[in-house]
Amino acid sequence: MPNTLYDKIWNDHLVDQQEDGTALLFVDRHLVHEVTSPQAFEGLRNSNRKVRHPNLTLAVADHNVPTTDRSKGISDKDSKIQVETLEANCKEFGIKLFGMNDKRQGIVHVTGPEQGFTQPGTVIVCGDSHTATHGAFGSLAFGIGTSEVEHVLATQTLVQKKAKNFKVNVNGKLPLGVTSKDVILQIIGKIGTAGGTGCVIEYAGDLIRSLSVEQRMTICNMTIEGGARAGLIAPDEKIFKYLEGRPMSPKGEDWNKALEYWKNLKTDDNAKFDKEIDLKAEEILPMITWGTSPQDVITIDQKVPNPQNEKDEDRKNSLERSLNYMGLKPNMAAKDIKIDKVFIGSCTNGRIEDLREAAKILKDKKIASHVQAMVVPGSGLVKEQAEQEGLDKIFVNSGFEWREPGCSMCLAMNADKLKPQERCASTSNRNFEGRQGRGGRTHLVSPGMAAAAAISGNLDDVRKYQN
Amino acid sequence: MQKFNTLKSIPAYLPIVNIDTDMIIPKQFLKTIKRTGLGKNLFFEMRYDDQGKKISDFILNKNPFNNSKILIAGKNFGCGSSREHAPWALLDFGITCVISSSFADIFYSNCFKNGILPIILEEDKIKELSEYANRKEEISVDLNENKIFYGNNEIKFDLDAFKKKCLLEGLDDIALSLKKSEKIENFEKNLKDKKPWIFND
Repeated sequence: MPNTLYDKIWNDHLVDQQEDGTALLFVDRHLVHEVTSPQAFEGLRNSNRKVRHPNLTLAVADHNVPTTDRSKGISDKDSKIQVETLEANCKEFGIKLFGMNDKRQGIVHVTGPEQGFTQPGTVIVCGDSHTATHGAFGSLAFGIGTSEVEHVLATQTLVQKKAKNFKVNVNGKLPLGVTSKDVILQIIGKIGTAGGTGCVIEYAGDLIRSLSVEQRMTICNMTIEGGARAGLIAPDEKIFKYLEGRPMSPKGEDWNKALEYWKNLKTDDNAKFDKEIDLKAEEILPMITWGTSPQDVITIDQKVPNPQNEKDEDRKNSLERSLNYMGLKPNMAAKDIKIDKVFIGSCTNGRIEDLREAAKILKDKKIASHVQAMVVPGSGLVKEQAEQEGLDKIFVNSGFEWREPGCSMCLAMNADKLKPQERCASTSNRNFEGRQGRGGRTHLVSPGMAAAAAISGNLDDVRKYQN
Repeated sequence: MQKFNTLKSIPAYLPIVNIDTDMIIPKQFLKTIKRTGLGKNLFFEMRYDDQGKKISDFILNKNPFNNSKILIAGKNFGCGSSREHAPWALLDFGITCVISSSFADIFYSNCFKNGILPIILEEDKIKELSEYANRKEEISVDLNENKIFYGNNEIKFDLDAFKKKCLLEGLDDIALSLKKSEKIENFEKNLKDKKPWIFND
């Protein structure tokens, strides 16, 4: 029987399967961060268990770390305890950790690929829903809860039931100024935030194949915003080339063996998908979110919806609630939405290509005087690379703040947050109520669109600023 | 883990769709290194005003719903972040059963690790049950029978048999999996031969 890529990775990791379909799945790679792991390590200690494979586990503090001067450490008491707890746990259980002052430190989903820890055909988990990012390498990667983190630490396996296969085809060429962020926002708008529930999504089509490795990560990253725990893309030469020579990539004879295995990782012709949708790349435009769910998308040329046009009562109430929270009027043009802040960063759009894309728009321009804008690179290595290319100077000259790496204002666990009613154009992944700070209002956009918004002082069309 | 068997309570009804885990427990409370004590911060932003005072018309601040053990909510409950702090906060508040027409995958699976029963029902049944919340009448849940009893009516709900067993017996997942140690070891041995690069050593 022909199999999908997901079927193949699943079958290849089955340690055990009960009659009812409940499976025990082997986990090849486990990423750990400070927020969702302390209770898991505590659980191990309480039951006198060890970490089964410390060398299949990699830890990095990202959610709580300050993005300003780090020489004085972390000033917030609770954040400090959490980061120190991670350090102590990693030491006790023998897990490799990139500390806050290590230049390899960064957001787990940026660090994993960068180090070559992320590899095709593997099962990768992390106590973080954006683990889906790693699916860009053709791995089965998904977020888990803290109890499951403990389970993986103790057994290197996970109890799972097989999900359905969902295929998203994107064919054609993207118009100028349109990026993979716009593609995934469009997909989420189309399927809704629960559209992928119970599924693993495979992204396919010639547009997907034409994307760079980092652009693919942006797409897989936001799969969870469409309800699917994992999204993946068949690995190809671009992936192999990206991984070759990375610190944790296979070496020598192992590299050749791995490569041979990786080259066969693809969905068979005629494999069956439970669900399938098609998108034409030509029809995708620069997108923004107007509401408080990632499915609330419109193009930059459109208007905010009017709840009065909705027949479904639930939908109408939900639109009204969102508009009210966001402080927007029905039928308002997207370009009339004035912003206060701009955030460029996160595991969705905090990699070098994202920074290049924003810097290209900002070169020789100034941001609007009422806007406060910041760039938070996804890792110390991304920061270093950007500085070598002079991108930091472009950002700073235009009026942006150039920060240290971390999750930062994507979820506002550190000091970077919105004040009530402040409005932000953000390259992150969630526009939930209060996500970037209590009462804060988030509009999700691509890095280029974030740069355009910073210059104009309102949400604006990146195509206006294409050099 | 606490066993789940039967439960009787006046349900609280929160008619909002796509309730995300940021709403259930906002990030400032994720800095804890414990599982307990999160109940007072459950639905923090809807429950307290800017001065930290309880908002009196929020459902869980009202009597008798401040003692509800059952929460009925709109579709796609628990979407967003994987934080297990969401079920921990519900549990600490006293809610051990959530009823919705759909749940996000990670939240759904996190519930079972904490003795919380998530029940999926059709929208029309949700509406029917919500009337009991509005009238402040008790409903009861019997996991053994996969049934909800309300007034003179009952509804059957579906639940994966293994998940049900784990809840009923309060089983520890890790202990169960460790019983399969031999299979894990065999798998690892094969893996070392087949994909030597996986082990990094």
